[in-house]
Amino acid sequence: MELRKSYFSDVRKDDLNEIGQPRPRSDSPGHVTGKTAYFADRNFPGMLHLKMVRSPHHHARIRSIDTSEAEKHPGVVKILTARDVPHNVYTILILIQIGPEDEAVLADGKVRWKGEAVVAVLAETERAAQEAAAKVKVDYEVLPAVFDMEEALKPGAPLVNEYHGQNYYLYDSGECRKVRFGDVEAGFAEADYVLEQSYQSSPIEHAPTETTGCIVAPEGNDRFTCYTNTQAMFFTLDNTSIILQMPGSKLHFVGGTVGGGFGGKVDVIVEPIAILGAKLTGRPVCFTYSREEEMQISSPRAAEKVVIKDGVMKDGRIVARKVTGYTDAGAYSRHSPYGAQKGAGHYPGPYTIPNVWIDTYCVYTNRTPSSAMRGFGVTIGDFALEVQMDKLARLIGMDPLEFRFINAYRDGDMKAHRQPTEGAALIECMQEASRAANWPVAEKYMAMSSYAKGA
Amino acid sequence: MAKVPVQFTLNGSEKAEFVESGTTLLNALRDKIGDTSPKGGCHQGTCGACSVIVDGELRLSCLTLAETCNGAAITTTSGLAEGGVLHPLQRAFLDAFATQCGFCTPGMLMAAKVLLDHTPDPSRDDVVEALSGNICRCTGYEPIIQAVLTAARANSQNAA
Repeated sequence: MELRKSYFSDVRKDDLNEIGQPRPRSDSPGHVTGKTAYFADRNFPGMLHLKMVRSPHHHARIRSIDTSEAEKHPGVVKILTARDVPHNVYTILILIQIGPEDEAVLADGKVRWKGEAVVAVLAETERAAQEAAAKVKVDYEVLPAVFDMEEALKPGAPLVNEYHGQNYYLYDSGECRKVRFGDVEAGFAEADYVLEQSYQSSPIEHAPTETTGCIVAPEGNDRFTCYTNTQAMFFTLDNTSIILQMPGSKLHFVGGTVGGGFGGKVDVIVEPIAILGAKLTGRPVCFTYSREEEMQISSPRAAEKVVIKDGVMKDGRIVARKVTGYTDAGAYSRHSPYGAQKGAGHYPGPYTIPNVWIDTYCVYTNRTPSSAMRGFGVTIGDFALEVQMDKLARLIGMDPLEFRFINAYRDGDMKAHRQPTEGAALIECMQEASRAANWPVAEKYMAMSSYAKGA
Repeated sequence: MAKVPVQFTLNGSEKAEFVESGTTLLNALRDKIGDTSPKGGCHQGTCGACSVIVDGELRLSCLTLAETCNGAAITTTSGLAEGGVLHPLQRAFLDAFATQCGFCTPGMLMAAKVLLDHTPDPSRDDVVEALSGNICRCTGYEPIIQAVLTAARANSQNAA
C-alpha cells in the first residue's frame, strides 16, 4: 500500500511509523492453534443450562403462567418469571439518559413481539431445559398488532408500547429528530428541477458464526464472574447492575473475545437473566442462543424508509433537500432512537446544500426489536442518498461523479447542522476513485481541493 | 440414559470416554475431553466451524455421533502444530491476515489440511471448492484462499 504523505502535510504530523506497515494481530496465534478461549470454551462442574419460553404471538396480554408441569420435569432446577427480576423493566441507553425504560427482561403482563422472552427455565442439561420449557403453559389474550411504520403512525393504530404512550419515540425536539437550515421551500421554488423518491430497506440479521451467549460462575461472597461475548462490556455491566440491583463490585465481566458481532452483540439480553439464575441457584449457568434463536430473536438492523426530495439547478448545484426518515424500532427502543437520530445528522450527505429540512422518526411496531448493526442509522441512508445523487445527475444530463464534485463539501463550508466543515478529504478521495476506477472527469475537477476553496 | 464406551486416538493420544448414546463428536470433544478447538456455530452442518479430520476425511463433528468413531484417528486444530512448530497452514494464516475473529479458523484449517493432504498442489478453484463448506463472516474469503495457496507452495518447496 502506498501512503500519500502529500495530502494535508501542513496540518498533520508526519512521523507515522505504523500506518502502511504490516503488523501481526496479537490474538491470531491463539486463533490458528485453537487456543483462543471463547465464552463457550469454558466448562464448569455442575453447570446449568438456561432456555427461554418465548411468545408465539406478536402482541398479546398474558392472562396466566403455569409452570407446575415444567417444575416436575426431571433435571429442572429453577424456573424464573418477571416476579424474580429485581428491576424488570429497563432500557439499554438509560445509562446515557435516553429513556423511558420500556422493555421487560421477562415479559410482565404483555408480550409485544413474537419471540419475546416470558419464562426462563434452568436445568441440568440443555435437553431437559428445552423439554421443560415446552411444558410451561402461558395463557394469552391475543391483541391486534401493527407491522408497518406508516400504519403504526396513523391515529387509532394499536398501541405497541405503553411506556412510550404513542408509536414513536418522543425526542426532546418532539415526535422526530429535526434539522433545519436555510429556507427549503424557497430552495425548491428556485430549483430548475425537483425530484422526490422513496427508498426502503428490510431488516438484516448479522448472523455471527458464534451465537450470542454467556456463562456465569458464582465466585462465593455473592460475587459473580460472567464470561460473555458481548460487544458492549460496560453497557452490559452497568445495565446488569441496574436490572439485578447489585453493585458493580459484585459483578466481574470477562470478555473481549467475540466470534463475530457486527453490532449484533451490543444489546444486554443474556447476561442479567443468566446471572440471576446463578444467584438464585448458587450454580454456574450457561445461556447460549441456538442458531435458530440467533436468526429469529436477536435484534436485526432496522427496516427503514427514506423519502428524499431534492431541488437541483441545471449547472449541478443542489439547492434544497427535504428528507423524512422512518426507522422501525420494533417493539422496544434498544439502540433505535439513537440510530434514527444519527440518520438526521447524516441525510444532508457529504454535500454542501444551502437549504435543508430533515425529520427522522423512530417508530414502534410489533416486530422484533431492531438495534445496532454496522453503521446503523446511516448505511441505508447512504444507499438512498447515493442512488438519489445518480438519479439527479441523470435528470440534468451530467456525469454522476462530476455532479458529486460540484456538491462535495470542502473545508470552511457550513454544514446543515451549523458546524463548519473541517478536515474534509472528499474531493481527494473522489479524485483517487476516479483514477482507480478509470472513470475520467474533467480537468477542472481534478484540480479541485477540499483544503483550499477555489483552488 | 445408557452410556456407551468410545475409544479413539485424538491428535495421536489415546482417549476413552463413556458418552450418552446420541452425543455428537463435537460435544464429546469439547465437553468430555476438553479439546475446544472445534467450534459449535450452527449445530446443523452448514457453517463448518466444527470440522475435524476423522481417518483422513473431513467431517462435521456436530453431525457425527461420537459412538461411530470407535477406533478412529481424529485430528483437530489443537493437534496441527508439531513439537511447538506451527504447521505451514497455521503459519500462512498468521502471515496472510487470514483470521479476524478467529471463530471459523479451526474449521477452515481442517478443511485446508484435508485438501493439501489429498492435493498437494491445488488450483485456486480447488481451494475454493475445499473451503466451500466453511462460513466466515468477518475475515472475508480472499485472505484465507491466499493463505492456503501460500501454504501449498511452501509445502511443495519443502518437498523439492
